[in-house]
Amino acid sequence: MKYLPLVWRSLWRRKIRTIFTLLSIFVAFLLFGLLMTIRAAFSFGVDLAGLDRLMVIHKINIIMPLPIAYQGRLQTVPGVESVTHNTWFGGFFREPSNFFATIAVEPEPYFGMYPEVHLPPEQMKAWLADRQGAVVGIDLADRFGWKIGDRIPIQATIYPHKTTGNTWQFNLVGTYDGEPGVDKTNFFFRYDYLDEGRQIGEGLVGWYVVKIADASRSLQMAASFDEMFANSPAETRTTTEKGFIDGFAKQIGDIGSIMIAILVAVLFTILLVVGNTMAQAVRERTSELAVLKTLGFSDGKILTLVLVESLLIAVVGGGAGLLLSWAVVHFVGDPTNGLLPIFVLPGRDLVVGIVLMGLVGILAGLLPATSAMRIKITDALRKA
Amino acid sequence: MSWLTQIGAVTWLNLRTIPQRLGSSAVAIVGIAGVVIVFVAVLSMAEGFYAAMRGAGSADRALVMRSGASDEMTSGLGGPETDIIKQAPGIVRADQGALASAELFVIIDVPKRTTLTPANVPMRGIEPSTFQVRREARIVEGRMLQFGTNEIIVGRAAERQFAGLSVGSQVRSGQIVWTVVGVFDTGGSVSETEIWCDARVLQGAYRRGNSYQSVLARLESPASYNAFKDWLTANPQVNVSVRPEVEYYTAQSITLTNLIRTVGFGIATLMGIGAVFGAVLTMYTAVATRTREIATLRALGFNTFSVVVSVLAEALGLAAIGGVIGGIVAYVAFNGYQTSTMNWQTFSQVAFAFAVTPALLVQGLVYALVMGLIGGLLPAIRAARLPISAALREL
Repeated sequence: MKYLPLVWRSLWRRKIRTIFTLLSIFVAFLLFGLLMTIRAAFSFGVDLAGLDRLMVIHKINIIMPLPIAYQGRLQTVPGVESVTHNTWFGGFFREPSNFFATIAVEPEPYFGMYPEVHLPPEQMKAWLADRQGAVVGIDLADRFGWKIGDRIPIQATIYPHKTTGNTWQFNLVGTYDGEPGVDKTNFFFRYDYLDEGRQIGEGLVGWYVVKIADASRSLQMAASFDEMFANSPAETRTTTEKGFIDGFAKQIGDIGSIMIAILVAVLFTILLVVGNTMAQAVRERTSELAVLKTLGFSDGKILTLVLVESLLIAVVGGGAGLLLSWAVVHFVGDPTNGLLPIFVLPGRDLVVGIVLMGLVGILAGLLPATSAMRIKITDALRKA
Repeated sequence: MSWLTQIGAVTWLNLRTIPQRLGSSAVAIVGIAGVVIVFVAVLSMAEGFYAAMRGAGSADRALVMRSGASDEMTSGLGGPETDIIKQAPGIVRADQGALASAELFVIIDVPKRTTLTPANVPMRGIEPSTFQVRREARIVEGRMLQFGTNEIIVGRAAERQFAGLSVGSQVRSGQIVWTVVGVFDTGGSVSETEIWCDARVLQGAYRRGNSYQSVLARLESPASYNAFKDWLTANPQVNVSVRPEVEYYTAQSITLTNLIRTVGFGIATLMGIGAVFGAVLTMYTAVATRTREIATLRALGFNTFSVVVSVLAEALGLAAIGGVIGGIVAYVAFNGYQTSTMNWQTFSQVAFAFAVTPALLVQGLVYALVMGLIGGLLPAIRAARLPISAALREL
């Protein structure tokens, strides 16, 4: 610890060089934070998906509807705690570009199924009292400046209304929040309103979500559901919610690998920059280091001094970069206006970032530090 | 000595001494090359996706969907409606009737070759007139499907990206078994990701009754579009929206193209800033190691301008090398690389190839030079401002 002032002084020996090295690392870790956020965003909250929730979809594809009568049959299966259904509405607000997930649900069963999504009880009461009521995520409400009490017209793309054509009217009765990683950009409204108003598709739902008592039996349960509906006009395919979301993310392509490939390129370059700077710093200080050795500094101490110096640069620059990326993600949020609903920097990646900083610091300092350690006092002093 | 020769002399001196600073010069080159690779690679993805989508449209075709529907997936048209649409003026008419194809557009789960997880592959129910409406389509392997049967033909890209779609294989979906009898080509456009079958068979399989989702009409000329559209929108028997096909596909590609471009530019800008810092460091080193030479030159009467130019020239030279290396690597590694992603409008798969276009390579090189210029500026000024007496004493 008492050598810290010495490290500090050698760091600022060449101010400009140190500042630019710090800035390079800063940018690298800013990128690290942002890329990891994008990577997480493209996994669509798979970490929060419950293993005790099963998705029952049509065997052909999720766009094929299922009869509402399946709800009662699923409920009778032993081991099933609750069953609810969702129906994709595919609506937009004013312009097709104002697109977000509009889903018809059963209010109480839905929020009972997803305890990580929070809706104030009095808003739930208001929703149950208003057939045209809708609740939206706080991020979606922010995006359009909606407030509770607003009347919101939504344009239908799949289900025209019997009397009002493509426009459906909704009253905003609540906004939901949720734990980190919950998609707060959904628009939920009541299934009974949809079913009585739509021209086509009466009595059909999009897919079922089933909560089971014992997550370890999810595979057997899934198989028993599919068996139950086999050879019927609407056969089903059941997966865990996690498996379903994972499959969806895989369809978009391997964004995660692309992000990691870019990061490897970035970190490799940074390693070169810092390593080169440190090597030069050591080269310039050859005679000073020799003097230190003459004064009795051991080889190990010299090695540590140089390593600490490069570690310090990596941690200070990288820490600031990571902090800024966290702040950007936290305060600015999704720059794409709702395309990436889950926009958070996972805590796990923060830890990975800190470990990487340490690695960059040590790797970049290792060669220069060893060469500093090996300096021969006589040679070094003679050169100067 | 004229100032031009001065500049030449100092720059030559700088360039000749680069090998002595190989380490730090390499850092600058690698840094800039890295940025250019990422920049070109990410944007070539957007470029390829856009090209595939846009290529699907033809200027003399119009797409008719139910009014309010944003895409074929959400649209729905009754059989009688499609018959009326086919009577609209402006459609090319042949012996067998109007060259307009009433189609269904659904998705079918087929495993992706790379991950073997199910993917939403678009499936289009077609009519016999389809190949005359889409003149770019042709069978490249096997044969055309026989209408009235469970035969399907698959797009070339679909066959490549998804498992079990080669000619002769069977695709099980729900209670239906489809047989692949041919592979078709549409010139690299998004249609090649599709699977085509008889629309009437698909109606039964997906329980759609006598209904379709869209009508694609081949018009006599792009100029016939307005008459065609006006007739349909004024007709009270149908409730439809009409769009030029090109416009439809361009709109479909906007979301994803913009997303990729935003992310790509964002990443490239941030990486670029990092690379500029690397270049600044390199050039400072270059100036620092030559402090005495520069001071000597100045003492001999070389003007400061030539010193500035020489440092900038070195920075630009390194950046150009980095830019060219980056461009070559990006081209070799990514051009034509086949992949597929999801079209966010219809949640169906789109196969496309990365397209490293000459324009992108030029952009990459320009970007590299900009980085070099910014990176060289500060050190150049510093070199010019060196107090001669102090600099000569240094070292």
